[in-house]
Amino acid sequence: MAELTELTLAQVRQGLRSGAFSAAELVEAYIATIEQARALNAYVAETFDAARARAAESDARLKQGTARPLEGIPLGIKDLFATRGVHTQACSRILQGFRPTYESTVTANLWRDGALMLGKLNMDEFAMGSSNETSCYGPVINPWKGRRHNRSLVPGGSSGGSATAVAAHLCVAATATDTGGSIRQPAALTGTVGLKPTYGRCSRWGIVAFASSLDQAGPIARDVTDAAIMLRSMAGYDPMDSTSVDLPVPDYEAALARDIKGLRVGIPREYRVDNMPPEIDALWKRGAAWLKDRGAEIVDISLPHTKYALPAYYIVAPAEASSNLARYDGVRYGLRVPGDDVVSMYENTRAEGFGPEVRRRVLIGTYVLSAGYYDAYYVRAQKIRTLIKRDFDEAWSKVDLVLTPATPGPAFAPGDITDPVEMYLCDIFTVTVNMAGLPGIAVPGGLSEDGLPLALQLIGRPFDEETLFRAGKAIESAAGRLTAPRWWS
Amino acid sequence: MSVDTKTVRRIAKLARIRVTDAELPKLQGELNAILQWIEMLGEVDVANVAPLTSVVDRKLHLREDVVTDGGRPDDVVANAPVQDDHFYVVPKVVE
Repeated sequence: MAELTELTLAQVRQGLRSGAFSAAELVEAYIATIEQARALNAYVAETFDAARARAAESDARLKQGTARPLEGIPLGIKDLFATRGVHTQACSRILQGFRPTYESTVTANLWRDGALMLGKLNMDEFAMGSSNETSCYGPVINPWKGRRHNRSLVPGGSSGGSATAVAAHLCVAATATDTGGSIRQPAALTGTVGLKPTYGRCSRWGIVAFASSLDQAGPIARDVTDAAIMLRSMAGYDPMDSTSVDLPVPDYEAALARDIKGLRVGIPREYRVDNMPPEIDALWKRGAAWLKDRGAEIVDISLPHTKYALPAYYIVAPAEASSNLARYDGVRYGLRVPGDDVVSMYENTRAEGFGPEVRRRVLIGTYVLSAGYYDAYYVRAQKIRTLIKRDFDEAWSKVDLVLTPATPGPAFAPGDITDPVEMYLCDIFTVTVNMAGLPGIAVPGGLSEDGLPLALQLIGRPFDEETLFRAGKAIESAAGRLTAPRWWS
Repeated sequence: MSVDTKTVRRIAKLARIRVTDAELPKLQGELNAILQWIEMLGEVDVANVAPLTSVVDRKLHLREDVVTDGGRPDDVVANAPVQDDHFYVVPKVVE
């Protein structure tokens, strides 16, 4: 049955409907694969009994002919999504033992459509990190290894568990979230497809908040088609999140049938950063050539404020995080560390509960919001955000989408990057998209000299995920899909 | 701008995170490295630029001002580290 886990979501859907195999068989195949892959540390909680029960229900529906769009599809869920009665910890000690009494809207949408959950996936603590090394459950291991060294590599972050689980076939597809690159960067480093939708496309309700004006949920999947199928179920207006947008959710899968002839693709010169590795530059040129071969028009554009996006992000995101994370005080949920009085209880709880990266960001956020600094830092950063958004607004009069590399390089080894600012630079190509609220997709573009996945990023107009999927599919058909050699079992 | 150890201690106090004296110099170094890096924002001309308040150009939905949820005290305190009769229990705050 091991080969069942090799199938894409579209293939699984077909196989279940034709009766080639049952949801129960599929779930057992995944459980066996997960049990052999514990060394990758992708799952932080397994919910196999519930998965088996849901598979039985799905098999009954498939037999009755009442199958829903994702009937019997086994998914992995990032630990940031609240799942009723099930481990939800944002991979932080401070949420130890938390079991929500409610379900996030995105996961509820997936269950409404018949999908089932195999377990909760590892991630950087509170989604703060680019290597999955800040998780209180320890790092996730990338299924990919370089040719030069037989050493473990990081899967990227913060959705490192989601990316590894999809790349290593430990679920059909996974939910993830992206505040500065946390879907696209790990997808890029693991040879998977990751889409961050337009801000407002998916409800944030029931997702542990990091930076509310930047956070968006999206899928990590085996290929572009699977990501399109996933997003259709995940997206939609939700009265519980006033920032979710009341727009019809298109049939993204149907959009894939259209070619890309006549699409205008922008190449922003400011993304040609200093010291860009030659293989990233070559990947970028290759990507443009692929799109041109398929009838797209390549246009040089300028996004002049690009270089300010990352430092401005490191004001806005920590500021919002310091506010959002104020709720973890040892009173209502999670960890409590006693103190002499209520304030020392707060201080002890938060000192023990937050890891070093979260603490660093809460302190930066507190500082930039504090009296006397608010205008110099926070207000200035939000003004720069206006300029970044304006750059894109102007670009949309010349192009339909923008092509860039997804990351400045391939996966690295745990412990390789210890300087916080150097780690932040992993998101240099992805963070502008969050600052402007736009949709972005990372699609594999080939292997590095060392045999590791590299990816291209496409950025689209607000709510135009369809064009991203179409162009993503074009890149995929040229580059081919990447599958990690299985060394762990 | 850079922060001294006294400022780091003050920020930590505001953030309600206990920081030991031994941790202060390292934290100070890390925070200053980040602050130094974001200093480059100072070179951008932001005169007459409005701060961004929403990335999506849409009106927020309004709803009827009615109660839509409640009456679930068990759920509310279900995850409390210490609770008593649907109340959160904290160390004594009033003498």
